[in-house]
Amino acid sequence: MGSSALVLLTICGIAFAAGGILLSKALAKTSTNSQKGETYECGIPTTGTSFIQFNVGYYLFALIFLIFDVELVFMYPWAVVVKEVGMPAFVEILVFMFILFMGFLYAWKKGALRWD
Amino acid sequence: MDLSILIEKSVLVVILFSVSLAVAAYSTYAERKIAAFLQDRYGPDRAGPWGLLQPLADGGKMFFKEEIIPNASDKFLFILGPCIFMTTALMTSAAIPWGKSLHLFGRDISLQVANLNIGILYIFAIVSIGVYGIMIGGWASNNKFALLGAIRASSQMISYELAMGMAIIALLLTSNSLSIRDIVDQQAGFHWNVFYQPLGFIIFLVCAFAECNRTPFDLPETETELVGGYHTEYSSMKLGLYLFAEYTNMFISSAVISCLYFGGYHFPFIDSLNLPQNVAAIISVFVLFAKVCFFIFFFMWIRWTLPRFRYDQLMRLGWQMLLPLAIVNVLITGAWLTYFK
Amino acid sequence: MIQYLFFALSALTIISALYVVFSRNPMHSVLSLIVCFFTVAGHYILLNAQFLAIVHIIVYAGAIMVLFLFTVMLLNLNRETEPHKTNWVKIAAVIAAGMLFLTLIASLKMAGLGTYSLPHKSNIGFIQDIGVKLFTDFMLPFEISTILFMSAMIGAVLLAKKEK
Repeated sequence: MGSSALVLLTICGIAFAAGGILLSKALAKTSTNSQKGETYECGIPTTGTSFIQFNVGYYLFALIFLIFDVELVFMYPWAVVVKEVGMPAFVEILVFMFILFMGFLYAWKKGALRWD
Repeated sequence: MDLSILIEKSVLVVILFSVSLAVAAYSTYAERKIAAFLQDRYGPDRAGPWGLLQPLADGGKMFFKEEIIPNASDKFLFILGPCIFMTTALMTSAAIPWGKSLHLFGRDISLQVANLNIGILYIFAIVSIGVYGIMIGGWASNNKFALLGAIRASSQMISYELAMGMAIIALLLTSNSLSIRDIVDQQAGFHWNVFYQPLGFIIFLVCAFAECNRTPFDLPETETELVGGYHTEYSSMKLGLYLFAEYTNMFISSAVISCLYFGGYHFPFIDSLNLPQNVAAIISVFVLFAKVCFFIFFFMWIRWTLPRFRYDQLMRLGWQMLLPLAIVNVLITGAWLTYFK
Repeated sequence: MIQYLFFALSALTIISALYVVFSRNPMHSVLSLIVCFFTVAGHYILLNAQFLAIVHIIVYAGAIMVLFLFTVMLLNLNRETEPHKTNWVKIAAVIAAGMLFLTLIASLKMAGLGTYSLPHKSNIGFIQDIGVKLFTDFMLPFEISTILFMSAMIGAVLLAKKEK
């Protein structure tokens, strides 16, 4: 029951996005100009490729994020059943978080959590 | 499946869809009026009385603008990006309970599109998909500013997702359910979660700002450094979809904050009035919308009050303050529940 | 109804997975891999495992693929920058792939065809049941996985901050 309504909402969303773009295409006037399709950099002609070198920090943060995201996924079931299972579950998560916190501290001390 | 349920859900979906769009459209008006109020100006006042027709004029303008697709761009992905962003923004509204159930035509009609038993995670998953709308758009533009904006946006969003997830886990410890309707119903009366999870609420609120790319976290589109950020190359309705989706995101995150921490559609003392079911349901919808409007106002208030962070400050706040705080919050909550309950 | 959904989802999964391999544009590959993950999540939902489906989307589509996209963006992979491959590399790749193919054929030959009924009434995919199982019966594997996470984190930090 719920999932069919979800599908309906998704279709509505896609229809709105696609319809908006198509309608604007139909309504708007077009004109061609050799400079119109150029990359916009405030009027200055662009130099070189757009794929410039990035700070590797973005990648590092994504890596650490991935590890923590998996950790979060383990904690959702814990949060739901901790009252049911009681003390053992809490001790387990303490060990879990302690070990992970060591990793977190290591990353912190190494400066991996600092943006530079 | 029952045909009447299908019709009921379809009507609900259409209403919800229109309301989300209307709220998003009028948020743009509210934003400009609130900015004007805070800066002692008039704001838009030409289109209709008090400028009330301004969102319609703005929307109409978007449709009539010429669309420019840069030569260097990846055409398909260039169009796909804003579509994904808009669709994901609208999809999150499905898991939110908008009010108590109505009693019409001899049966109860729940004012929620889908009562998922993993509602919060559903919203979380959709939000994490929304990142792709920005990344695809920024990459497909083939523009340095757009690419940098897109990478900033995704890096910021994933960083704050962690602290947000931790804040939610602390909340789940008290609720023991992932269904948003269950969480809302547990807060009936005045047992709002914000009183039990004040730290979690603040963390969640800050993360919601960062997830919506709102000031002070609007680094992906800093006009002073990146022209327009990830939507530099966009024009016409595709730009409109990006901007519109941001306001929709703000609306939905206000609704999520109201549901998780401020009792959703519950308001103290209304339950004791013993109103008929339908009246109570309609009042509950208005209660939720009042809370949502307050948070939308709060989003705007912050925007016109605080300056923007630097990128290193943003990362430090996310990783070295909010994340450890959220972990400590989870441990304290867990210890409290294990020892004293 | 569910059977048709299953076939449609399976077809989508296979098509998107094939496109990952055959697409020349790495960005398109990554995006169709995301589509592939979504269809796999759809399979989980058909098996009544909602929690697994959502986790699959959050972790694979939401986290791992962001990392992939960053890699594509950072390395600026496209046809011009594709590294030149020597013949030795190509021969090695063919042999490795052929061996994998043989293994797959052999394992498929071993597998028998059977019918499988969907566990509609079972709640095994629900978060409460997973939680109880995880924190009572599977306590040790759960704790050991933590060490895996920590080593992954240390490895990531070491790789990125080597020169300090």
